[in-house]
Parts: sequence; C-alpha cells; structure tokens
Amino acid sequence: MEIERKPALAHVAVACGVLVLAALSVWQASEIPPPVLQVAVGPAVAPWFITIFIAGCGVCLLFVALRGGWAREQDGTITEAGSLVSILLGLVVNVALIDSIGFILASSAMFPFVARAFGSRRPAYDAAVGFGIALASYVLFDRVLGYKIGSGLIENLI
Amino acid sequence: MDTFASLMEGFSIALTPINLLWALCGVTVGTAIGVLPGLGPGLTIALLLPITYKVEPTSAFILFAGIYYGAMYGGSTTSILINTPGESASIVTSIEGHKMARRGRAGAALATAAWGSFVAGTLGTLGITFLAHPVVEFALKFGPAEYFSLMILCFVTVSAVLGASTLRGLTALSLGLFFGLIGVDLQTGQARYHFGILELLDGISVLIVAVGLFAIGETLHLAATKKQEDDVIELDGPVGMTKEDWRRSWKPWLRGALFGFPIGAMPAGGAEIPTFLSYYTEKKLSKHADEFGNGAIEGVAGPEAANNASAAGVLVPLLTLGLPTSATAAIMLSAFTSYGINPGPQLLQTQGQLVWTLIASLFIGNVMLLVLNLPLVRVWVKLLKIPAPMMYAGILIFSTIGTYGISRSVMDLVLLYIVGFIGFLMRRFEFPTAPVIIGMILGPMAEQEFRRAMTISNGDMMIFLSKPISVGLLAIALLALIGPHVWSWFRRKEAAA
Repeated sequence: MEIERKPALAHVAVACGVLVLAALSVWQASEIPPPVLQVAVGPAVAPWFITIFIAGCGVCLLFVALRGGWAREQDGTITEAGSLVSILLGLVVNVALIDSIGFILASSAMFPFVARAFGSRRPAYDAAVGFGIALASYVLFDRVLGYKIGSGLIENLI
Repeated sequence: MDTFASLMEGFSIALTPINLLWALCGVTVGTAIGVLPGLGPGLTIALLLPITYKVEPTSAFILFAGIYYGAMYGGSTTSILINTPGESASIVTSIEGHKMARRGRAGAALATAAWGSFVAGTLGTLGITFLAHPVVEFALKFGPAEYFSLMILCFVTVSAVLGASTLRGLTALSLGLFFGLIGVDLQTGQARYHFGILELLDGISVLIVAVGLFAIGETLHLAATKKQEDDVIELDGPVGMTKEDWRRSWKPWLRGALFGFPIGAMPAGGAEIPTFLSYYTEKKLSKHADEFGNGAIEGVAGPEAANNASAAGVLVPLLTLGLPTSATAAIMLSAFTSYGINPGPQLLQTQGQLVWTLIASLFIGNVMLLVLNLPLVRVWVKLLKIPAPMMYAGILIFSTIGTYGISRSVMDLVLLYIVGFIGFLMRRFEFPTAPVIIGMILGPMAEQEFRRAMTISNGDMMIFLSKPISVGLLAIALLALIGPHVWSWFRRKEAAA
C-alpha cells in the first residue's frame, strides 16, 4: 500500500513557475511568423518542441509536488530572511543609482547592504571598502582591460 | 602534420614571453578563485569573456585554460583546510584531506594533492595530445544527423544522468533551451522570444546567465541560509611528503588519472563520478584501510588526481567535437564563437595552431601550478581569511562589471538579477544549474544540425534512425535516460515479490 502524501506547497509553486515559463513559451512561439522562403525546418519548429518539453517537465514536477514533493538533500529553509532582503535592497540601490552617479559610487552604496547580510555591522567602513574595491576594479577593467564601464561622478575625475 | 611536430609548434608559440605571462596570469587567478569558496572557473571565465574583444584568441584561451586548471588545484587547498569544498569535484578530497589537516598533517595532504594534480594533469594533457587526431578523424565522418544525435546524448547525460534527479535536471535543461531561443534565428534572421523588449533582440548572453546563476544566485542562497563559521586550520610545519607518503601516493595518483581522464572525456563529463570511484577503489586496495575516515593519504591522492584528469578529459570533446560537457566548457565554447571560430572537428585543421598552442600551454600551466601550490601555498591560505561580508559584496561588484561594464545597459543589470533570483530558487529547491548553461549554448547548435539534417533528407525524420552512428547514439541516450529507472523499478518489484 502506498501512503497518501500531502502536497508540498512550495514545490507546487515551483512546478507552477515552470508551467508559467511554458505559457510564456507558447506565447512567444505563436508570435513567430511562418518563414518567407521555403525551408525544411522553419524558425518556429524548435520553439514549439522546446515548449512541449518545458510543459512536460512542469506537469511532471506538479505531479511529484502534489504527492509530497521531491526528496531534499539539504534543509533549504530560509532562516535569514532579513539578510536576503538586505541583499535585494542593495541590488535595487545599484540599479537605481548606476546610470546617474556612475559605477563606482553605486557599488559603494550597494556594498554595505550586501556586507550586512553576511554579518557586518559597520556600514560606513563597508562603504569605504566598497569604494576602494570599485575604484581598483574600475581602473583594472576599464582602463587596462578595455571594458566600457561608462562615466560617473568619480569616473570623470580619473 | 603529425602530433609531435604540431605540439612542438604549439610550444614555440606558448613559450613566448607574452604568452607565458598570460599563462601565469591564468593559473594565478585560477588558483585564487579555486581557493575562494563561492567562486568557480565557470563564473570567472564568464566574467572575463569580454576581453575577447580586445585580446587575440591564442592569449585569451591560454588565460582561460590556466584559470580552468588553476581552479582545480586551488579547490583542493580549500577542501583540505576548511571543510567547505569550493568545487563539487573537491567534495571527496575533503573527506580524508580535512581529517588529515585536523591531525596536523595538512602539509602532507596539500603536497599529495598538488603533486597528484600535477601528475594527473600532465597525463590528462598527454591524453588530449594523443586523442585529438584520432577523435577528429572519427568525427569527420559525422554528418548533421550524427551531430544532432550526439548533442541529444550530451543533453541527456549532463542533465539527467549526472545530477540527483532526472526530472529536475531536465527542467534545468529546458530553462537553458528557452534562454537559447531568445534573439535572432541564425538561419532565417527571424527574431524570436524577444517579448517586445529591444535589448532581447541580440539574445541573452551566456555571461549574464552564468554570472546570474553562479554569483548572484549563490550569494543570495548563502545569505538566506544559516551560516556557520568555518575555522581555517592553521598550516604549521613544512608542506611536503615523507618517503612513506610518496610510497603511498604514487599508485593512487596513477589510478585516479586512469579513472578521471576517460570519464571526463566521455560526453557525460563530470568530475564527481571519477573522484568517488577513485575514493572507493583506494579504500578497497589500501593496506591502511583502517585509516580511511581518519585521514588516509590515499583518499586525498587518488580523488585529487581523478579530479584533475577529468578536467583535462572534458577538453577532448570540446576541442575535437565542439561539444561542451560542463558549464565551464560551454562558456569556453562561447568564447570560440565570439571570435568567429567555428568549434567542431574542423577546428584542428582551421585553427590547428591555436589548439596546439593551447595544449602546450596546459603542460606549461601544470608546471607553474606545481610551483604556485607547493612553496607558495601559504599565500593562498591567506585568501581564506578574507571576511565573508567583504568577499560576497566584492563578488557582486565584479558581477556588475561583467554586465553593465560591457553594455552600460541597466536592462542587462536587471536581467542579471532576475536570472540570479531564479538561480537562488534553483539552489533552494535543488535543481542543478550546469544544464542551464549547456542548454543555452548547445541548444541553438543542435537546432542548426537538425535543420541541416532535415534539409539533406528533404524533411524526412527517418534520417536520424537510418544512420548507424546516429541511431546508436540515440539508443545510448534513451538507455541513459530510462535505464536507471527501469532498473530500480524491477528491483522494487523483486523486493516486493
């Protein structure tokens, strides 16, 4: 006799996420117009095949999730939600600032948020370290290796 | 040209001062990122992909190969001194290595790991040298149908066979295939999967996906779960081996290399299987079986050798078939394409000099790595003392450079963070991430081969089943996919009866 198992809600959510991906794939695959020239395999063939593949994975995952979810090797419980939020805030700060004040200052602003998530409690010191690392890597990547990190308040001074 | 002459020509280019300098940079950076937990060769090479716009291909590949080999050496230092393997392939090393370090034998463990890596890395590179021509000879018989079937086999092995779960591996692969569809279709010029967003017309770069999954996802995962302080074992006493250590190490090195290289060279790739095989073999063969579990030197020597030999093995399908069997190999493959070099069996003919210089530089890199990792190991140990807040915040700065620093597009940064969050969820729900990278690189290539085959056959799907090599590869893929499940189903039935 098989034991009836309760659905694992988090796993159901993951499976639904995969099904959403499949839905996005249906949408985008159906937007592809038929090829103008006669070709053996048009540009929409692989997308439809991959769509079916994604949907198949999603359905199987949903099936497993409804029957108790998949076995886990580690306990993935989020114990440090605050740390996670802190990093996400840092990323938002970086995205919001980088175009206006430049890479170096935006990175210096992001640094304390990330450092905080890993247990640091000295935001001013962290921002200073972040500034140093950002400055050094700007010089290395932009000036030496030829990346184009763009301009900014500090970048314009160097 | 015969192998020896080609290799000598490769050495003549690899030994020029500028290329030696690139190799030195590569192995140094590689060792450093191998030592640092949380950074791997795939992420590092992805972040450095943009140098392909500026640096000539030979130098770039010497650098990448140095990073790739260096990370294997550096990873062992971390798994011996703190019990957190930096690389999945180093897990086995840490079993005995960390125990040895706890007993005050860190020096011997580090030495046997470094020498073992050197022996196996050199043997593995010799393996590449002598396998290159025969594999290419064979591969030149492949038509589009055979190639497509080979890629299907590769998809199955990297996603379904290697990981913990077939279904989750395949789901990760499907996400990669989805990413691979974004952008302009190479054959018809048709824009696909752009969601009306202008930036997506160029496709989504492997840099964004690799950095998102490996750097952002990993950082979020580590921050979200409970942290435990890793204590770094102090390295006192000399780094070296006694006569007894040498006597007990050399056979495991050779056996490890014998496990690692062929398994690494197979389309299944991966370093986990050979390192585990080596560990259990050494445990069985050892006269000191009682020491296993308490720090047996054979348990470090064998798996470390297997690890490095398999890293060399992975380069065989990459350089001869254009087939990436690990995430790092897939990222290196995208470097070839960004130079407009077509990877595949013709690589050895059209870019022979590049390939042989690369192989020569692997030999050179191994010697450099031995020097870097024996007398200088104490320098690397200092890296382990970088506080976690500084390190992960620093990784996020480098991630910004790798994306925004190329395109100056905030959209790319947002995309990076979205992929990073997906990576975090994948880590949390234990989906493998390597199939995503392999899927997005190999998917469009497989589509091209499929189309070529179908054009040849006038749209007849039977072409894949009418050629012996093709049908054989597909049969192996099917067997690898369902074989283990059928097997365990029968076992369960037997047990129930």
